[in-house]
Amino acid sequence: MAVQIMLMTSEPWWRVFYDFSSFTKSIDEGLRSSMSSFWAVTIEMVITAVVFLLFYAVIGLFLVYAERKVCAFIQNRLGPNRVGPFGIFQTVADLIKLLFKEVIPIKNADSFLFNLAPYIVIIVNFMLLAAIPFSRGLHAIDLNIGIFYIIAVTSMSVIGVLLAGWSSNSKYSLIGAMRSGAQIVSYELSVGLALITIVILAGSMQLSEIIEAQRTGWFIFKGHIPALIAFVIYLIAGTAETNRGPFDMAEAESELTAGYHTEYSGMKFAFFYLAEFINMFILASIAATVFLGGWMPFHIGSWDGFNRIMDFIPPFLWYIGKTFFLIWIIMLFKWTFPRLRIDQLLTLEWKYLLPINLVNILIMSFIVLMRWHF
Amino acid sequence: MRSIIIYFKDIFSGIWSLLKGMRVTASYFFSPGAIVTEKYPENRKKLVMFERSKGELIMPHNDKNEHYCTACGICQLNCPNRTIEVVSKTITTADGKSKKILDRHIYWLGRCTFCGLCVKTCPSHALAFSQKFEHAVFNKDLLTKVLNHPGSQLKKGVE
Repeated sequence: MAVQIMLMTSEPWWRVFYDFSSFTKSIDEGLRSSMSSFWAVTIEMVITAVVFLLFYAVIGLFLVYAERKVCAFIQNRLGPNRVGPFGIFQTVADLIKLLFKEVIPIKNADSFLFNLAPYIVIIVNFMLLAAIPFSRGLHAIDLNIGIFYIIAVTSMSVIGVLLAGWSSNSKYSLIGAMRSGAQIVSYELSVGLALITIVILAGSMQLSEIIEAQRTGWFIFKGHIPALIAFVIYLIAGTAETNRGPFDMAEAESELTAGYHTEYSGMKFAFFYLAEFINMFILASIAATVFLGGWMPFHIGSWDGFNRIMDFIPPFLWYIGKTFFLIWIIMLFKWTFPRLRIDQLLTLEWKYLLPINLVNILIMSFIVLMRWHF
Repeated sequence: MRSIIIYFKDIFSGIWSLLKGMRVTASYFFSPGAIVTEKYPENRKKLVMFERSKGELIMPHNDKNEHYCTACGICQLNCPNRTIEVVSKTITTADGKSKKILDRHIYWLGRCTFCGLCVKTCPSHALAFSQKFEHAVFNKDLLTKVLNHPGSQLKKGVE
């Protein structure tokens, strides 16, 4: 089948070879030929869910390991090095430990909300993962309002955090949750506006079209300085939105023990912990998609030879490479900068990021109107 | 106008200082030679401890089996948790004077917190810390040590 497509199209063979849409299409056709469309869709959804669950667990465990290693190297330590070569199975061992640990029921806690909160956070993660394009044709749902969907769903994770803090019946949890709420609500604005800057440039909210528009150059280069400013603002605001350091007042260890998940134990604690890391992954992959071209290889205008060499590298590797580079930068943030106070945090957002962002959008609109971008 | 200049100056100087900090941490990240972690059980053979590390209390003896301890008992008085017991005996010297000399300097390693007050306060520098730090034994009695070697005596000239 792939051979037929290769013969039919004039595209270079690797572009077809790296395209997953024919693969997913053949699965879809195979299922539909043997059963009714209802069952075909159900089975496809189950397959997608299983793939995402595996991906979630693997990426989560890997990021916990990566964070510990990056942190260790920055502090001139070795990090985990006992379980497996270079300690790569350390997080698997941690996970097994957490699976066996008891989930302690809290006296006077609102047990329904207490048990519900981690699942809300996890569900939000999965809803976001569904909208992320991993490679050409490897994209669970390609909504025509992809960016809008992402902005909307990201802000739902604050519900899980607030519920966890409220239902734990603990002062630390409640203070952590309120701080997290104030933080997410205010930084949501900057994240949205930074993404809108690029939406103006791309002229579309659909993620696949945004990536396709970056075929001749990534938006961070195409949009000149406003795109760069939007990128920096997105990274700062996104770091704050995922409650990571230096904006981790929601779980400031020295003040609140652990913030909103103080009272959680065992696997429910692990859910929050994993969700934080997956949030960081999603943040980095959206930044990679919107600003750095997602799975689109690095192309320079009309240098055909250079562009062809870049095309040989599979798009999935491009995507993963960009995402992990951004994750590395976010980890560097956490292990370099001291934690902000709550008033400094709000000053940064309302007095600096937001006005700059609004002016930035104006400049970007002007550039797009004058067609100064390439 | 002035406040606007200050506003932008703040932003740029802030970004500059943040980038400086990130350059430091990134340079540490990319220099694996700077890692200070010791892989202890693996490098046990060639592990060199620092001279200042407090492994356990010892009483240095010279090659003539002589020590510096005059059995004054200041170490015993200074020890916060009674780790040291100085047992002295009185002997009569050749010219008929009676003199207090060290019989046994008993050291309970199990109680020691390695504060170093004994070493610091010893007037004749008779005590020191060795760098040996692997103290695990199967019998608690092995942690009770006599620091002066059998048959040793006070160095001539130290009173």
